[in-house]
Amino acid sequence: MKVLVGVKRVLDYSIKVRPNAAKTAVDLKGAKIMNPFCEIAVEEAIQMKEKKKAKEVIAVSIGDKTAAETIRAALAMGADRGIHVLTNQRIDSDLQPLAVAKIFKHVFEENKTDLVLLGKQSIDDDANQTGQILAAMLDVPQATFASEIEFADDGDLIVTREIDAGLQKVKISVPSVITCDLRLNQPRFAKIPDIIKAKRKKIQTLKLEKLDIDTEPRAKTIKVDNPEVREGGVMVDNVDDLMSKLREDKII
Amino acid sequence: MFASRRALKLVAKKYPSVTTNGKRSISLLVNSNGLNEEQRMIQEAAMSFSETLLMPNAAEWDEKKHFPKDVIKEAADYGFAGIYVKEDVGGVNLGRKEASLIFEALSTGCVGTSAYISIHNMCAWMIDVYGNEDQRQKYLPSMTTFDLFGSYCLTEPNSGSDAIAMKSTAEDKGDYFLLNGEKAFISGAGDSDVFLVMAKTGEKEISCLIVDGDTEGLKFGKNETKMGWNVQPTRAVIFEDCKIPKENLLGSRGQGFKIAMSGLDGGRVNIASCSLGGAAFCLDTATEYIKTRKQFGKPLANFQYLQFKLAQMATDLEASRLMVRNAADMIDQNNEEKTMYCAMAKYFATEKCMDLVDYALQMHGGYGYLREYPIERYYRDLRVHRILEGTSEVMQLITSRNLLKD
Repeated sequence: MKVLVGVKRVLDYSIKVRPNAAKTAVDLKGAKIMNPFCEIAVEEAIQMKEKKKAKEVIAVSIGDKTAAETIRAALAMGADRGIHVLTNQRIDSDLQPLAVAKIFKHVFEENKTDLVLLGKQSIDDDANQTGQILAAMLDVPQATFASEIEFADDGDLIVTREIDAGLQKVKISVPSVITCDLRLNQPRFAKIPDIIKAKRKKIQTLKLEKLDIDTEPRAKTIKVDNPEVREGGVMVDNVDDLMSKLREDKII
Repeated sequence: MFASRRALKLVAKKYPSVTTNGKRSISLLVNSNGLNEEQRMIQEAAMSFSETLLMPNAAEWDEKKHFPKDVIKEAADYGFAGIYVKEDVGGVNLGRKEASLIFEALSTGCVGTSAYISIHNMCAWMIDVYGNEDQRQKYLPSMTTFDLFGSYCLTEPNSGSDAIAMKSTAEDKGDYFLLNGEKAFISGAGDSDVFLVMAKTGEKEISCLIVDGDTEGLKFGKNETKMGWNVQPTRAVIFEDCKIPKENLLGSRGQGFKIAMSGLDGGRVNIASCSLGGAAFCLDTATEYIKTRKQFGKPLANFQYLQFKLAQMATDLEASRLMVRNAADMIDQNNEEKTMYCAMAKYFATEKCMDLVDYALQMHGGYGYLREYPIERYYRDLRVHRILEGTSEVMQLITSRNLLKD
């Protein structure tokens, strides 16, 4: 089985995000990391390889030349090779889930893949759409919000999904698309020998402009701004004071 | 900053002072500024190792004087047993800068373990660089997996800083060297397997011998009772008519002192790096402590004296870091003046980091003096860094000698 894993480069979650001066988007200055949900997807793919269920793990990232660093991180974790779809479009806003799904469809078909593992969402735009759109475009089964993936005897996959009502188990055939949730696994840290090995692994670069894919954004961002600052409250001494305050402000 | 951030997240689980959830985004525990992606990943690997395997156990190891050989063996998986040893014998062939990052990260969790690993690396490097092919193939594949532990034997009871005044002799007996003498303060001794021993093979001739742990006539003193570094054994190593085969001569006859000294530039950067990690941990812990501890109705952090002190500690740590990483770079570039820069870095970093830990303990008041709190252990562990691999005084001597030479 050949597994395609999406690895997105995002702004570090420990950075306090700010709107840019023009308030058209988030200011992207600062440290970047691999999207944590993508990291979980990479870990799952590598575990499949260790269990001899997957033959090859291909890490795919879309973005400017720095995206190669994120692919390199996936290679150090254990992915076999990388595909870098090079573009200078902003991957947190300009390049939207529909476009990303189209690009993945292209890569999927070019590489004759059996399974796509994606993060359930990325922590920049939090769209949570790419996996779903991709499955629909490929016309293959999808299992989103996976917290466990098992292999059935007939070669199908049994995926435990985290849904509002609890856990749901679905059995899906391959090829298929699975999006990974937080509790699926604990991603490993790369060891130095693996980091060094990763330097020698191949990353294929594809120029997005040459792929003949319509990546025109369908949603337009009107404005990006800080949330309103919370105003300070007052301390009340007892319940009676609290009640009268609430009545005063016509809350109750 | 893929590397350090995730490591910080891990650390944050146990040490809330290092949280990255926005409440406090600045911590000097890890600095990956200016590092390339690979170096960041290496730093992260070392931080994760430190966090998961060293930090939770270090206090117990210290208390029980336990040498954590099993955990050190695990470090080999991560590539820490042959950091700057070539790849054909199992090393990962990195530079001194990377090694510095690794030892700094490891010593945030356990200074003594990190320091022992650094000594082992120095020994492995000496064999890699000065050894012939047979010696490299015989020792290094096992040293880079920590199947063999290394020890470096230069100091003697009566010759410390004045190493050249050593008394140990290795008499040429035709087929072998007859080794006699005593080495003091040997890290790992009693538990290690390969000893790199400097001894006199002539009146004014020092050579380096590889001595196997099972050599007849090799004896050890008692495990010294020390102030710190309790996680690694320190013993005298005694040689009584040890027959050392000729093929165990490392490098050529008379090259021993040069070999011993060449290992020390890197050794000094490594020890200084161990001070950095310990100090970084203490700075972080103290910062959090003074924010929560209240006296006279307000947090200690609201007292300006402590604010200034904290700023000074942070500045000293960062200055030390820059010097240590710069010295490491100079070894990697084989700069002519590297010895002086390594000496300055070791002098500055080990002194300033010691002061920092002392202040961090002071900020903790009486609690800092208790073993329940980790600071006093770092204090005890860091103190020896001003002494070994060349004392602070010798570091100043090296520096001024270089500055004043004609």
